[in-house]
Amino acid sequence: MSETLILTPQQIIRKKAAGEPIEPDENEMVHSHTIVVLVENSIGAFIRVVNMFSARGFNIDSVTVGVTEDPTISRMNIVTVGNGRIISQVLRQLSRLVDTIEVIDLTDTDFVEREICLLKVAYTADTRSEILDVNDIFRGKVVDITPKTMMFELRGPSPKIDAFIQMMASHKILEVARSGRVAMQRDS
Amino acid sequence: MTYDTHTKVQPITSGDALPEDHAPVLASSQVMSGAEILLRSLEAEGVKIIFGHPGGAVIKVYDEMHRINPSFQHILVRHEQGGTHAAEGYAKATGNVGTVLVTSGPGATNTVTGIADAYMDSIPIVVFTGQVPTALIGNDAFQECDAIGITRSITKHSYLVRDVKDLARTVKEAYHIARTGRPGPVLVDLPKDVLLAEAPFQYPKTVNMRGYAMADPVRPEKLERAARLIAESKRPLFYVGGGAISRDAPQHLTELARHSNIPVTTTLHGLGAFPEEDPLSLRMLGMHGTWWANQAVQHCDLLIAVGARFDDRVTGKLDSWAPHAKVIHIEIDQSCISKNIFADCAILGDVQNVLERLRPLVKPKDTTEWLQEIEAWRQECPLQYGHDGKLHAQGVIEQLRNKSGGDAVVITDVGQHQMWSAQYFRFLYPRTHITSGGLGTMGFGMPAAMGAAFGMREKGLSRPVICISGDGGFVMNAQEMSVAAAHKLPLKIAVINNRFLGMVRQWQELFHMERYSHTDLSDTNPDFVKLAEAHHCVGLKATTPEEAKSVIDQAWEVHDKPVLMEFCVEKEEMVFPMVPAGAATGDMITDRMTPNSFV
Repeated sequence: MSETLILTPQQIIRKKAAGEPIEPDENEMVHSHTIVVLVENSIGAFIRVVNMFSARGFNIDSVTVGVTEDPTISRMNIVTVGNGRIISQVLRQLSRLVDTIEVIDLTDTDFVEREICLLKVAYTADTRSEILDVNDIFRGKVVDITPKTMMFELRGPSPKIDAFIQMMASHKILEVARSGRVAMQRDS
Repeated sequence: MTYDTHTKVQPITSGDALPEDHAPVLASSQVMSGAEILLRSLEAEGVKIIFGHPGGAVIKVYDEMHRINPSFQHILVRHEQGGTHAAEGYAKATGNVGTVLVTSGPGATNTVTGIADAYMDSIPIVVFTGQVPTALIGNDAFQECDAIGITRSITKHSYLVRDVKDLARTVKEAYHIARTGRPGPVLVDLPKDVLLAEAPFQYPKTVNMRGYAMADPVRPEKLERAARLIAESKRPLFYVGGGAISRDAPQHLTELARHSNIPVTTTLHGLGAFPEEDPLSLRMLGMHGTWWANQAVQHCDLLIAVGARFDDRVTGKLDSWAPHAKVIHIEIDQSCISKNIFADCAILGDVQNVLERLRPLVKPKDTTEWLQEIEAWRQECPLQYGHDGKLHAQGVIEQLRNKSGGDAVVITDVGQHQMWSAQYFRFLYPRTHITSGGLGTMGFGMPAAMGAAFGMREKGLSRPVICISGDGGFVMNAQEMSVAAAHKLPLKIAVINNRFLGMVRQWQELFHMERYSHTDLSDTNPDFVKLAEAHHCVGLKATTPEEAKSVIDQAWEVHDKPVLMEFCVEKEEMVFPMVPAGAATGDMITDRMTPNSFV
């Protein structure tokens, strides 16, 4: 992460004084960031990380946690939004926690991000085939069916899940459960 | 994920060996109770003093203390908040880690303010709280509270010890975390059954925490870059915070500043890092800093921040602060870098080490013109107050300064007297100014002074310990006076009594059209002389400058108990200069006559 791209108000003033151009969006651009945090596998470590976000007023869009190949380490996948300055604060604040072992911002890397969604929808004889068609297009799985309801399982990047839910919205959605995002960097 | 606050099982293999371990070595692996393991661990850690208050959950610890008579002293405080502030004062005065031991529930909650204070001011303390037995945790048991949960955002780290076998290692880690890096408070929660259970005791020699890495060594290029910035600058300025003192860097700073002829301004916590009588000292900057220090900040072209965090009380309005300055930021805590102010050259590392390595790279500079400019500001608006035969708080502080010659440890409470102490005492040595800066805790002064006095006694130093407090804050922890008296501490307590919550009153006068809502204390103030006497201290009172002098002279003759000196000062005094909260540093109010344009 390059520090030189992050401008504080004071630095903007300095740039103005020197007659240097200031990109209008340089400081203010808000991006979604996917951050992987490896922490000690304990509830206390997990809470400390989440608590840091709330105590310092940072956003969390999504957070998932699960144990890694090393049973003493948990992997948290956090999706947060903010401008460059806020994200660099988030990363520093995460790193300084005693229980965090590694903090990686995947955002500017080539990485895979997946989410899983369970969705229960009510159907009638009239809507049944249309619902199943949508499911086929999204390559979801039917994991439960009753005379009135169906449950689907869908995996994929979060926007795909968003689209799936949107398509199903014209029918009677009874319940949606989303896992939150998990992410991993590709090897180049 | 296991539902355990602390399950990591780590081999104790490597880590940084710490410069202590002077403890009586016990036969290895002797089996003992958790309570005794705790005490033996403290001994092994080299703890000399702990501040505590017993209760049901920690009664076993007190029982073992009675039985084994450990090598450290236990001070029974009269309120757990006093205990934490005493530990802070001790830690600040000595550089050691302060230790607190309290019971569960209310014992733990009473420490919260002190823990938050230590967190804000980066003071190394370890707080041991009792807890209900593990089987009862979460059952709303008697005197149960979630101490870990309550303190999560105000501790550097915390532990719930669930297995007696983890206890010694946890103590080791707690002290290590508290004292290293950016120091801070660590809480260790001890369920009663863990204290009763038995285990073999062996105190680990080293710690191994994979998530708690020390900063990498600073790369030489960084230092060269900083040296280049210094060489290129025409109006350089050191801005020094508490980090320089906590890492014992004042000597290195002083050498570098004198060697390079760069003036130095300090924060409230940086007072004492650089002798304030040195011609290069600009004294304190910020909201109640000197006019010339703040002017220097606004006009400097290079700001060398040393162990400081650009607090809002220093910077005021960020976007107009130090508008011409490039910033070199020498700091141990990565989260402070570019948090408020962008650092052109951020040097993440130990302040002492960085200054030591920077020195040979920096050439002496000719800053004569720059210093002349600053001198003009100094003449333009010196610190001043009325010399009208009345007793002014500033005059009291100057008298205390004259009496001690500056060779004293000054602990202040929070409010106007705190700022006047910072402005008028002219600190010469590190660790001689102790105050609650970040959290601004009223009631900090008296117990912290007690802790500092214990520290001076431990170090065998005869430096007088002066507590300067206000009539508002002093009452908040006055109960600790009797503890200081019981231990014959020769504390000098100056209560600057203006019968007001002075700083709030000042804001009310300046910004709230003189509506003095609930700041008048005349009806509720105790008789301070009687209060002191009731606590087995000497009580003295002065209402004129002459009486003040005689009271101070009398107080300095008392060597075996605390003396409380009540100074009845002018009511309507204000602290000037002042940058109103959130205003630009250039917009300082320098006296009562300045147009009231900040309402």
